[in-house]
Amino acid sequence: MAYSEKVIDHYENPRNVGAMDKDAKTVGTGMVGAPACGDVMKLQIKVGDDGIIEDAKFKTYGCGSAIASSSLLTEWVKGKSLDEVQAIKNTDIAEELELPPVKVHCSVLAEDAIKAAVADYQSKQ
Amino acid sequence: MSDIKTPIYMDYSATTPVDPRVAERMCAFLTPDGIFGNPASSSHSFGWAADDVIKQARKDVADLINADPREIVWTSGATESDNLAIKGAAHFNVRKGKHIVTMKTEHKAVLDTCRQLEREGFEVTYLDPMENGLLDMDAFINALREDTTVVSIMHVNNEIGVIQDIAAIGEICRDRKITFHVDAAQSAGKVPIDMETLKCDLMSFSAHKIYGPKGIGALYVRRRPRTRIEAQIHGGGHERGMRSGTLAPHQIVGMGDAFRIAKEEMATENDRLLMLRNRLYDGLKDYEETYVNGDLEQRVAGNLNISFNFVEGESLMMSLKGIAVSSGSACTSASLEPSYVLRAIGRNDELAHSSLRFTIGRFTTVEEVDYAIAQTRAAVEKLRALSPLWDMYKDGIDLDSVQWAAH
Repeated sequence: MAYSEKVIDHYENPRNVGAMDKDAKTVGTGMVGAPACGDVMKLQIKVGDDGIIEDAKFKTYGCGSAIASSSLLTEWVKGKSLDEVQAIKNTDIAEELELPPVKVHCSVLAEDAIKAAVADYQSKQ
Repeated sequence: MSDIKTPIYMDYSATTPVDPRVAERMCAFLTPDGIFGNPASSSHSFGWAADDVIKQARKDVADLINADPREIVWTSGATESDNLAIKGAAHFNVRKGKHIVTMKTEHKAVLDTCRQLEREGFEVTYLDPMENGLLDMDAFINALREDTTVVSIMHVNNEIGVIQDIAAIGEICRDRKITFHVDAAQSAGKVPIDMETLKCDLMSFSAHKIYGPKGIGALYVRRRPRTRIEAQIHGGGHERGMRSGTLAPHQIVGMGDAFRIAKEEMATENDRLLMLRNRLYDGLKDYEETYVNGDLEQRVAGNLNISFNFVEGESLMMSLKGIAVSSGSACTSASLEPSYVLRAIGRNDELAHSSLRFTIGRFTTVEEVDYAIAQTRAAVEKLRALSPLWDMYKDGIDLDSVQWAAH
């Protein structure tokens, strides 16, 4: 599989790897995918009082493009409002990373992950 | 370790480089000053010279398996040999019956051939292997019927390297007068094969798995008791009518030399490969949640197929910069399905996704193995630190109890 330099960069130097306290009221956690399918993404956001995402962390089990998609997403969501991040489309991610067609589902997973994290945060408020 | 030349090739089950001794000799059979004649040209010396080298190569191939040279039919490779053997025997024996028995872990060249025969009205039983990858002999005997005409079982599996007991399977087939075909693409030159004692009627070989060229193979067709097959390729009646087409002396000489060298060096080479394979495994086995796929004892020396749970195979390979290996991960296949061989031996999807196949060979060095160990360890540690599944496992969460949203 020939990956773009951007995928390789995110894979080699993943941004914002880690975990936050999933029980904290200010933290929203989204976990999507399934081990049987070969990819699971866990994305966490920490939301400030002003409704802006202060921090984001991820952990991903999956191929290089799944890791890159979630790494890129954590960069994108920081400093944005919940409304703004919910507008992120998988096609934006696929385009930025130049994902081959067979890997587009990794970007779909990333879009699902941020939506799930926002939903989890909102359910706590 | 810094003077190591990368990329390092550890995918010898996919193909091998041609041994330089073989490649050099092959060049003498192409150009005007070489032996370029058509071996079927019986009217002049160009043809006779080519025919002589074919005879020697036929003997070299036969000698490795203790067979008669007249039992060797040249083909384009093991895929063609598998097709010729299974279709040829099934079609020839069609009046006796239309039932074929094989295994789910066979190479696609056997499985797809059987699928085609099913479309033609044959019935095929695909047996499950046991968890160690070996054939369950009781299940095998139970699968045989009055109308079973062909059994096809591979000698060594290409993914997990396990060695089937073809001697025992052959006895059972011979008792029932069933034609027994063995795909030996991965075993010739690695496991001793003696056609004098084996009750095997048809056996497929490939040159490029044992340091010969690609594009040439052979089918062994037993003379006593005589095994009959129907030709699949017609035109000229070469190879006693079983496989027409002008013979390729440079390819055939390459295969003959590769088989001759294999016979001479197999014993010492196997000792060395086993030492290297054990070194590789010893360097990796201390990780928890690490599984060897397939039996570790009944296995060719050069194969290590290993799953590192909670990391995904394709991303593992991305981290193994400079090492060429293969994975059972879906992400490495066009179909997005994980390895059917690992699924057949009962590995769940996660472990199939997490597998790496290292296959080492004649040109692998100790330094390369040590480099592979260091790279693999770094990759596994990096990816487990990145894996939410590893965290969950460490927290004592049973991953099977989690409701995953499959996609």
